[in-house]
Amino acid sequence: MIFGRLDWNALPFHEPILVVTFAVVVLGGLATLGLITRYKLWGYLWTEWFTTVDHKKIGIMYMILGIVMLLRGFADAVMMRLQQAMAFGGAEGYLNAHHYDQIFTAHGVIMIFFVAMPLITGLMNYLVPLQIGARDVSFPFLNNFSFWMTTAGAIVVMMSLFVGEFARTGWLAYPPLSGIGYSPGVGVDYYIWALQIAGVGTTLSGINLIATIVKMRAPGMGLMKMPVFTWTSLCANVLIVASFPVLTAVLALLSADRYIGTNFFTNDFGGNPMVYVNLIWIWGHPEVYILILPLFGVFSEVTSTFSGKKLFGYTSMVYATVVITILSYLVWLHHFFTMGSGASVNSFFGITTMIISIPTGAKLFNWLFTMYRGRIRFELPMMWTVAFMLTFVIGGMTGVMLAVPPADFVLHNSLFLIAHFHNVIIGGVLFGLFAAINYWWPKAFGFKLDKKWGLVSFWCWVVGFWVAFMPLYVLGFMGVTRRMRVFDDPAYQIWFVIAAVGVGIIAVGILAMLIQFAVSIINRDKLRDETGDPWHGRTLEWSTSSPPPDYNFAKTPIIHDSDAWWDMKARGYERPTDGYKPIHMPSNTGAGVILAGLSTVMGFALIWYMWWLAALSFFALIAYAIFHTFNYKRDYYIPAETVQATEDAHTKTLAKALAAAAAKG
Amino acid sequence: MSHASSLNPDYVDEAGRPIYHPVEEPHHPEGHSTMLGFWMYLMSDCLIFAMLFAVYGVIGANYAAGPAPKDLFDLPLVALNTSMLLFSSITYGFAMLAMVKNRTAQMQAWLAITGVFGLCFLGIELYEFAHMIHLGATPQRSGFLSAFFVLVGTHGLHVTFGTIWLVTLMVQVWRKGLIPANKRRLMCLSLFWHFLDVIWIGVFTFVYLFGMLR
Repeated sequence: MIFGRLDWNALPFHEPILVVTFAVVVLGGLATLGLITRYKLWGYLWTEWFTTVDHKKIGIMYMILGIVMLLRGFADAVMMRLQQAMAFGGAEGYLNAHHYDQIFTAHGVIMIFFVAMPLITGLMNYLVPLQIGARDVSFPFLNNFSFWMTTAGAIVVMMSLFVGEFARTGWLAYPPLSGIGYSPGVGVDYYIWALQIAGVGTTLSGINLIATIVKMRAPGMGLMKMPVFTWTSLCANVLIVASFPVLTAVLALLSADRYIGTNFFTNDFGGNPMVYVNLIWIWGHPEVYILILPLFGVFSEVTSTFSGKKLFGYTSMVYATVVITILSYLVWLHHFFTMGSGASVNSFFGITTMIISIPTGAKLFNWLFTMYRGRIRFELPMMWTVAFMLTFVIGGMTGVMLAVPPADFVLHNSLFLIAHFHNVIIGGVLFGLFAAINYWWPKAFGFKLDKKWGLVSFWCWVVGFWVAFMPLYVLGFMGVTRRMRVFDDPAYQIWFVIAAVGVGIIAVGILAMLIQFAVSIINRDKLRDETGDPWHGRTLEWSTSSPPPDYNFAKTPIIHDSDAWWDMKARGYERPTDGYKPIHMPSNTGAGVILAGLSTVMGFALIWYMWWLAALSFFALIAYAIFHTFNYKRDYYIPAETVQATEDAHTKTLAKALAAAAAKG
Repeated sequence: MSHASSLNPDYVDEAGRPIYHPVEEPHHPEGHSTMLGFWMYLMSDCLIFAMLFAVYGVIGANYAAGPAPKDLFDLPLVALNTSMLLFSSITYGFAMLAMVKNRTAQMQAWLAITGVFGLCFLGIELYEFAHMIHLGATPQRSGFLSAFFVLVGTHGLHVTFGTIWLVTLMVQVWRKGLIPANKRRLMCLSLFWHFLDVIWIGVFTFVYLFGMLR
């Protein structure tokens, strides 16, 4: 009664791999908590980070969440590659079916929802207000709440590793397999509640960023003067608000089937599983554009900065982004041409899918023409961008192949598909994120990242990607389907071994990136940038100090050009050094942490059928939310003297940095 | 450095030089984006209902040899229920008119009446559900009934939360008066309440009326 269906059997003592992982996590966790306590950092973390409503700190926390979860998702990838390279000719490999099926599901779920989404949300959170000359987002408390809901979702997924099991259904949990009849355990429930809790955060942060971009742009910044990254963020957030509710609805219906026995997606009593598949892809296809669009913005900023030129075809870039936004809603059915909806329907969706390659192609040409006759500096962000262009084009072309319905009937659910979407997600989203991290790190922390380890990471990632995924295209053509644990035909094995080597190279790339962060932090004084503009940037974020002060801009800038900061520099703009006014700022609050914590408890209770706890935490959630609305004092003023002191300090370091640069010649 | 494009004519001084900072800081008063943000939330909620309607459209005629709308729906009762919700929208409108004139007591009275209408709506809906379940027409019986209960029930849940919100706001107005923050909140609830009315029109038409035609 008290613990629902939770008992000792839920703990995976019989899985040595999990026991060891658990031991490592517990020891690592205790060590971290111990260090935080030892150095008395709890108060600092709580007041400066956990309860912060500063979009910059929230952005950084999102990035940390994404990188931590990347390690978990990548560990899953390594385990799958090893298993598939071993399990031939009667060998079972080292993972049993129960464990293996959880791993491929968790890998997909984590990589999309808890790696890619936090990383792009973090990036948008950090940059959008800075790029539009704003001091924060429209709803600062909601921003903090969104972050903690995303984290709560991640915590629910991580709990499934050690308490019970995760779904064994694949990352979209198609019914009837994910129905209660075929998946009676807690796995699918972990899946549902992790995504529902995180989904609240994602939807709210989408609304928040749209409102921010619409309402808080600096004077003079018309829509067609917004930086391209802000444009792509706007479109991505429109997609979030217009698609995540679909996911919420479809998962709610799946939960209704599982919890109260309704017949939405069942095989009998008038249910229809294909409704689920349609609905989830009505969310799912826009989702892939939510992931890639902000990175298209990143590549635009990087290409233009490191080519020393204005972006070629700004207007066409904006329109291409908007066209992709709209078209992304008209292609969902290409994920299941084999459903059997007939030639006409399949043709429609095949054609709309192919049409998307036109605006995408226009973007690529815009980047190439931006580079053409530019003075290209091959710094790390630019290298990631070039690697993206070469890699993404291949992934795009295999995508167009899959968009041809007859070809798709051959390639559907094969490793060709797996190779295709890793080709675009790693080559597009991940490479873009790495470009962004290398590009904006100095803005966020005031020092550049170490180039040597960055290069090691870059080459290992790029080479590793190609070695790991090209064999999957081959295997797809040979007819190998996805999610297989063991194989009979020995002809496949060599390709799986090559892919496993590739994943090993990527592992070195990830390690090198972590080393790059560590080395850069240790050598931060040597890598320090005091100008705030280490790359000769073009957009407003480079006009502030690095890291920017809490209020971002001591005086709100006025925009004359889409490359606002470049324009200001070109016209000999002089930074004002006095006449500051008090700045109106939002106050910190712990409400986000508390609400997300209660949501985590509620999710856990629902997963394990602890009804009393679910009801209790639900009422606590509502009661606390109402209580929070009784707090009307949510802002304060930074006094003009504080602003003056902060800006004076920046004026001094700036003068020193400029003098040093002049001395160097 | 290549020369940049033309200046924004709104921000140049008498000599034609660009101005880079406004004399007065642009002020973003508290709640300046709230109505826009709340509209977007409503549209996202609308999408959830759109999905539920779509699902009803696809599996709403799958009776699985069980009862059909004609066997279950009691149109006079539904008409009564609909009128409760429509009246509550009108009375909420009266509350907003009173709010604009800063007549707090009058507004609170209209809000209370709105809440009572909301509760009547919920009561009748619960009676209808209980009656159907009593007849064996449970959500588990068929695809049609699953889609029916979840669509209508989701609307009902929204009305429930709207009522809780309404009471909360009445308390807040009682304690703080009609300060701007409270007015903004009342505006949001107003949007929410009328939105639920619009959704109900869809439910009434597509589920009940069209259901009786089948």
